[in-house]
Parts: sequence; C-alpha cells; structure tokens
Amino acid sequence: MKIIVLIKQVPDTTDVRIDPVTNTLIREGVESVINPFDRYAIEEAVRTKEKFEGSEVIVISMGPPQAENALREAISLGCDRGILLSDRKFAGSDTWATSYTIAQAIRKIDDYKIIFGGKQASDGDTAQVGPGVSMHLDIPQVTYIKKIEKIDESGATVERMTEEGFDIVETPLPVLFTVVKEINEPRLPSLRGKMKAKKAEITVWTAADLDCDDNNIGLNGSPTKVAKIFTPPQREGGRILKGEPHEVAKELSELLQTAIIG
Amino acid sequence: MADDAIKIVLEKCVGCSLCVKTCPFGAITMVDKKAVIELEKCTLCGACVETCKFEAIIMAKKEEKVTADFSEYKDVWVFGEQKKGKIQSISYELLGKGRELADDLGVKLCAVFFGSGIEDEANKLIASGADKVYLVDSPKLKDYQDDPYTKVFVELIKKYKPEIVLCGASTIGRSLISRVAVTLRTGLTADCTGLEIDPDEKILLQTRPAFGGNIMATIISPDYRPQMATVRHKVMKEAEPDQSRKGEIIKETFQDEVYSSRTKLIDIIEEIEETINLTEADIIVSGGRGVGAKENFDMIRDLALSLNAAVGASRAVVDADWIPYSHQVGQTGKTVCPKIYIACGISGQIQHLIGMKSADIIIAINKDPDAPIFSVATYGIVDDIFKIVPQLTQYFKEMLGT
Repeated sequence: MKIIVLIKQVPDTTDVRIDPVTNTLIREGVESVINPFDRYAIEEAVRTKEKFEGSEVIVISMGPPQAENALREAISLGCDRGILLSDRKFAGSDTWATSYTIAQAIRKIDDYKIIFGGKQASDGDTAQVGPGVSMHLDIPQVTYIKKIEKIDESGATVERMTEEGFDIVETPLPVLFTVVKEINEPRLPSLRGKMKAKKAEITVWTAADLDCDDNNIGLNGSPTKVAKIFTPPQREGGRILKGEPHEVAKELSELLQTAIIG
Repeated sequence: MADDAIKIVLEKCVGCSLCVKTCPFGAITMVDKKAVIELEKCTLCGACVETCKFEAIIMAKKEEKVTADFSEYKDVWVFGEQKKGKIQSISYELLGKGRELADDLGVKLCAVFFGSGIEDEANKLIASGADKVYLVDSPKLKDYQDDPYTKVFVELIKKYKPEIVLCGASTIGRSLISRVAVTLRTGLTADCTGLEIDPDEKILLQTRPAFGGNIMATIISPDYRPQMATVRHKVMKEAEPDQSRKGEIIKETFQDEVYSSRTKLIDIIEEIEETINLTEADIIVSGGRGVGAKENFDMIRDLALSLNAAVGASRAVVDADWIPYSHQVGQTGKTVCPKIYIACGISGQIQHLIGMKSADIIIAINKDPDAPIFSVATYGIVDDIFKIVPQLTQYFKEMLGT
C-alpha cells in the first residue's frame, strides 16, 4: 500500500519568547520544525504501513530548500522517502495555489491509497490545504480523524472528531485524512531511522517537474493577496492588584461584577 | 521569473534595520549596514515593504489581471450550519456581520441552509437578518457529509452568483468551505477577525491574525468571485432576532447525483461534557502547572462552578494527565474567545497565549511576577493561587448566589 503524508515546516513556537518591552515575539534564532500536528500524521502513516506488508510511506513538503530537514526528520520517524516541492515560482502561494501544487505532485505518484496530513499548520492555522488537496484530486476526505477503527485495501472506518463528540465514517480508498492530536502518541526517532535519514536522498520537484500551469502557482496563481500587514494594537498594560489575599480577591470580584452580570 | 520577486534598492537603504524587526520569517539580516533578504526564507508577505520608510524594498507586483466583469455577482451569503436540525450559534454571529456588509453594499443578505425537515427552522435565519433563505431540504442532507454539501453549495453559488460568502470556522465549516473555494477557483481567507467593505473599491477587506496574532494581515481577492471568508466562533456578535422581519424562502432541489456521497456516515456519537463547552463559554477558568497536583484541580473547578464557567487547562497539565485533552487551551488545543479568562498558575507560554489572548478580560494569578501571562493580563495578582482562588470562589458565590 502506498501512503502519502503531507508535512509543513514551521517556526518552532516553543523557542519563541515575548519581548517584555515591545510585547512582540522575539524571532531571533527561532528554529524551524515539523508542524506539530503533522507529527501525528507521520505517526499514523507509519502505523498504517506497519499493518500492510510491502507498504511504503512517501513524505511530501512544499517549501524552501531548508524544508529538506523536515523531510529527513520524517524519514527518521519511519517514512521511507521524501519529496520536496521547491521552486522560487511557488513563493507567495496561498492555500488555493498550495493545494493545487501539492495535488500536482501527488498525481505523479501513482496508485496511492491514503494521504495523511495534520489538521492544520501552526503558523497559518487555516486548515484549508488538506481539504483543498482532496478536492483538486477529486478524492473523498475525512477531516479531524481521531481513530482509524478498521482499514483494509479497499476502505476504512474512522472516527471524526466534532464539537460534541465524534462521527463514525466509512470511506473507500483512496482518501485524504487530516488527523488530530488524539489519534496517537508519536514515537521518537530510532537510531536506525536517524542513520537512514542521514543517507536518504531527497527528491526535489520544481514547477517544471510537476507540469504546473504557471497561472495556478505562486503569487499569480493565488486568488487572495495581502493588501496590508500591520502590528495589532497591543493590549493595554495590565493592572496589578496589590494587598492581602482577601483584599485583592474582593477587589477583583468587584471589578468583574459588571462583566459577569451585565 | 528572471528577476527576484523582492529586492533591496541598496542606494535607498539606510540600514535602519526596521525591516529586520518586522519580518515575521526572520528572512532579513543586516550585512555591511544594508538589508539583505534571504530569499529561501522569504514568503513574499510584503510586511517589510510596508515598514520601510525609504521605499528601499521593491516587491514584484502580481501581474495585473484584466479586470473581469463582476456586475453579475451580488448579495452576501452566510452558510447556515445546522446539527440535528438546529441552527448553530456561529450562523447567527455570521448573520450579524453579514447584515452590516450587505447594508454597506446595498445588497441582500441571504442564508443557505441544507438539511432535512428544516423549513420551520429556516424562519429563524430570516428573524436574524436574512432577506432570503436558499433552502435545500432532503433526507440526504440530514447530517453533514463532505461530498453532497460541497456539490449543493457549489451549484447554488454558480446559479445565483453571490459576491461574498461567509462560513463558520467550525469542524463542518472548515471541512466544507475549502472544497467549495477550490472548486470555484476563488479566494478563501480563514479565521477573519475583521470584515469590512472598502468604501471605494467595494471589495471585502478580510483581516486576520498571522503567526499567532503578532501581526495582522488584511487579505483581499479582488480578481475572483465570490470573495470567501471563515470566522471563528464568538468573534462576531450574534444578530438580535426580530420575529416581525419578513423574508423569502427559496426552495431548491437537485438531481440525485448531486446528493451522492462517497463516504458514509455510520453514526454520530455525543460525548457528555462534564462542564460547559469550552469554545461556547462566556467565562473560562484555567489551571496550569501551578495547580501542583491532579487533586488540586478541584479548586479550579469550584471557582468555575461559582461563575458558571468552563474549565480550561494548559498543555502541561493535560500532558500530566490531571485533566482530559478536551480542556486544553492553546496552539495544540482549543482557541477560545470568552468575555473573561481567568488563568490560575499558568505561566503563559506563547502556545497558550495564542489560544486565549483575544478574550475581552484576562485575569492572571501567578506567584511569579515575571510570568509572561502578565503581559496580556487586564488584571494581575502576584500571589499564591492557593490563597487567592478559594477567596475568589467565596466572593463570587456570594455575588451570584451559586
């Protein structure tokens, strides 16, 4: 069974600190890491592979050349090979153009059965690329899955997380799944995995390799554009309440009275 | 592209390094007192171009499209989300905002509403501001499924050509709307916190936080229709219903093929929440590592109970198994936007702040005066939560009779 997992390299927010003076994020020296949600996708792809003999997991990322590091890490976690979609022409892609480009790459990989992705990326937070890819490929999707109950060569039964609980959904393959954190506990890289990742050859595909229509990629292929970027008004500096516990507790309850009752 | 899409005009750059601070992606460095853009990191977001006071950064403009004729496109649409035949509150919030946009444009506000046996419920959309409801009532649309909902939505948009389509950023909304936008080859902006009509161009200005809210971006899709956006729950104000409002219900039906689904919904399981749903709550009381132990969480629950509030938690305490994941607030948990957020013993790691900093009032109680949570707090108390929280609970009980 051929399994694809889609990952994104994002700035590591555990590294990010807030500048106490300007109240903005300090980005200096911020490392790039695999989008936290994609780690669950990688793990689920590898677990699925382990259920079906002769399967392979292909990990795909679109991004600048250094996104290769994310692919290598995914290989250390059990993926078999990595493909990087990288081209200056892809810069400025919005979610429409990104999902088109990724779908073009997946078309080149024949005969896949499942595509896994995280529910969203931690930097953009849109949750649009996964569903977009499934639409471009015209395959079914199940989003926010928290469990694969049953799976065989032709179909799967999964649990999709909802606001109230979960849905049980049956789907034929091929299918695109986006996963939530509850689905598994990702493993750590093995020593063998690390060795393999070091030696792995990462395939790089450019716009030309993907047979992309230039009108559908990068800035030109993106229906949305950024009109303006600005720093949001900072929160007013808070007030520290001082005094004995019963005094501050009383003061606070009074300060909140209107907001609670009003 | 023969030329780089973005470059520094060296003669104009004075080395002020404003752009270095602005770049959300750390793609600019100073070399010999001139800015240098690392193209591999740059995403062409344009933040630096805006910041530079000396017009020293030039970004290639998008090729100008021949402006298409969009005169056929009018009206503002809102996706009316229902579960078990009941309209979800996010839809009323969208109608509130949608009404403003429609009035600014001088067009109609319409709701699209899919389900089974939902005609009576459709009148509520009219009471909350819709001039028209496009109703597709079929047993095949009883519960949300990706394929039929996408196809029905796309068919309706093609037929009636709205200029704006708004949808909730709920589980259903997010699964559905990206597929609709991809099929229609149009722009979609996620999680908008501001939606306005540009008074001159009459286009939709969609403002959203980028990278955890550190910078805001205003997004437009001037060359595509409809202009589509999602909004998270609790961001917009719910429309006040007016039962005397009049509107039109337009029933639509489609060929069987449009209702077909490749996936099959087997069952809908509801899990009983021990308290109020976190994302719906007006008040949230959250506990962090400072709570100390699993059994101490009862103190947080008591405070929540006294306020009829929901209970939240930081990742650290969820990982420690003191409370289930469904209570986690933050980047890998839930994003919440309550009126009041009370953080008890939470230091305020950036991942947590991302999930709660748009609350109207934030209270931080922590014994560490340097905890980052105080930087976003409206009111802070630097003290031991074990001293403060029980007192607070007592005062609120007296105030509210809980």
